[in-house]
Amino acid sequence: MSVSLFRLKRTFTLGLKSLWMHRLRSTLTTLGIVFGVSSVIAMLAIGEGASKHAREQIERLGSRNIIIKSVAPPEDPENTSTGQGMRQYGLTYADAERFRNSVAEVEVIVPVRRLTQRAWYRTRKITAEVIGTVPWYPEMAPIHLEMGRFLSGTDASYRQAVCVVDTGVVEELFRFDDALNQDIKVAGDFYRIVGIVSSQNANAAAASVNADTPAPQDRGGANAGRIYIPLTTAKDRFGEISVQFGGGSGPNVEKVELQEIVVKVARDESVLPMKEILETLLKRFHAKTDYQIVVPLELLREAERTKMIFNIVLGSIAAISLLVGGIGIMNIMLATVSERTREIGIRRALGARKKDIITQFLSETLLLTLAGGVLGILLGLAIPLLVTRFGHMPTVIKSGSLILAFGISAGVGLTFGIYPAYRAANMDPIESLRHE
Amino acid sequence: MTVHHSPISSPPQRGASESGSTILLLDQLRKSYHVGTTELQVLRGIDLAVESGEHIAIMGPSGSGKSTLLNILGCLDRPTQGRYILGGDDVSQLEDDELSLIRGARIGFIFQSFNLIEQLNIVENIEVPMYYQGWHERESIERAKELAAMVGLGHRIKHHPSELSGGERQRVAIARALSNDPLILLADEPTGNLDSENGAAILKLLLSLHDQGKTLIVVTHDLSVAKRAEKIVHILDGRVKEITVN
Repeated sequence: MSVSLFRLKRTFTLGLKSLWMHRLRSTLTTLGIVFGVSSVIAMLAIGEGASKHAREQIERLGSRNIIIKSVAPPEDPENTSTGQGMRQYGLTYADAERFRNSVAEVEVIVPVRRLTQRAWYRTRKITAEVIGTVPWYPEMAPIHLEMGRFLSGTDASYRQAVCVVDTGVVEELFRFDDALNQDIKVAGDFYRIVGIVSSQNANAAAASVNADTPAPQDRGGANAGRIYIPLTTAKDRFGEISVQFGGGSGPNVEKVELQEIVVKVARDESVLPMKEILETLLKRFHAKTDYQIVVPLELLREAERTKMIFNIVLGSIAAISLLVGGIGIMNIMLATVSERTREIGIRRALGARKKDIITQFLSETLLLTLAGGVLGILLGLAIPLLVTRFGHMPTVIKSGSLILAFGISAGVGLTFGIYPAYRAANMDPIESLRHE
Repeated sequence: MTVHHSPISSPPQRGASESGSTILLLDQLRKSYHVGTTELQVLRGIDLAVESGEHIAIMGPSGSGKSTLLNILGCLDRPTQGRYILGGDDVSQLEDDELSLIRGARIGFIFQSFNLIEQLNIVENIEVPMYYQGWHERESIERAKELAAMVGLGHRIKHHPSELSGGERQRVAIARALSNDPLILLADEPTGNLDSENGAAILKLLLSLHDQGKTLIVVTHDLSVAKRAEKIVHILDGRVKEITVN
């Protein structure tokens, strides 16, 4: 055992020596593997980073939630000709009521009214998203309370002028002042701040989900933060009609009762059946499709499918590049073998068995590919770092991908090294001794 | 089949101790090649016995089958028929791997064109046969250095073949041939690529090895080289034509 180990060490030393004699050739030969391996690692890291990002955003929407949004239906040609008419569409309180009454298995139903409003504190002014909702809103959305409390049932029943703001609002309006129990002015009315919650980036996800159907109220990015007020208060103060100025055809008047209803079910498995039920219900009471159903779980599954396809594509590209690298190595090794025919003959005459020759050439190929593998791993680790640093894209390097890449390079070395080594070993010693 | 491992210090002078015993025996050795449909008979029944410690020369014109005989003697090739007994074992029908090991252990090759490995230095070249016999590195390096010193190159062990003269290269090759303490030294035109002065020096080295008890088989065209052997075996048309004793 020790003898064979020691022979292996000598074989590798010998291999290193002859590779070192042809430094340039060896370096160029390994490049194929270097790029192959580094692209495997880098692509997996970028893919993993992107999918993790998407997954996190979707998970923030809640995997057991079904989000139904109001969407302006495609305009009727007759309507536009009359011009001035008020457009009424979207989800209603009646919808929310129906969901509550007719569907079992529902954990919570959260109706949401969204508006974009200016908010004032003394002389400071911001544009914020005002969310009129119910006290149990936090049950469907992970909200982290930093100070005070969330809206309460009393707030809702007495239509109190209270609000809960997120840290985005606090930072903009109060800077260094204490915000809790201060009054802010939103659209002419004062609201007492009863609680402060962490600001959420889920907005971004919601916006991306909604990117194709921007509702007039939903201008996610421009808002400094969120102000939560009781839905009842919102209904009183803001009504359901929004007027927007702009465009050529005069004011755009719309009536939307609720911008969003979120239905949370008890179990993941109930999500998809529930979606069907809600859709049926909505279809019965809405003449036009003025709503959109977003199922984060579906999005999640879709993201996973996309990731799988992405991985297959990346895997194929990497496999092809490694195949090309491997063929390059085989090519060079065949050239090396025929160049060293004489040496092979000499070694055979001096007592080398076929398997000694195979070991010699295979170990050279392995050294080449493993060196390529190591360099490839280093490069593969560097690329995602650069992408994150300069491309501002998240990347995730999994230790599995390093092991995979190293294994692949060893595998390529063995696969593409066997044939040249076999050719070398099966040369006729007499012929090869005569070779010039 | 036992594989012979030489101890490093004081290799046994097998030739001397077993002087007079038959070390190599060819019995009706035949070799033929198939060229297309015709059978080309190169060796047509060669009988030859070589005693331990003997020095014989093999001569013959081109096409006499001399090279084929040399290949079979060197265990690089196998006879089609007949027996080849080397050191008491019939090696005529061995498998390739066994033949390789026997070749490394019992034959010391000395070639006309030296056949050193360019990328290895002198010590490493001398070590090659020991490596394939499974010697430990430390021991094989030591023995290689001793052998290099013995052939007069002890001061140049780190040099590569390209830095040596022809005569020096052949000295390295002789040292290499001795490394596993083989049963026979098989020299193929050992002076063929050397000028007369170097040739004479190499011949002198070979003769001194013979004097120490080595069995020496020299294949040559050069009558002056052959004349130094105890016997000359003349090969013609694949047969031993005659054996002359000097």
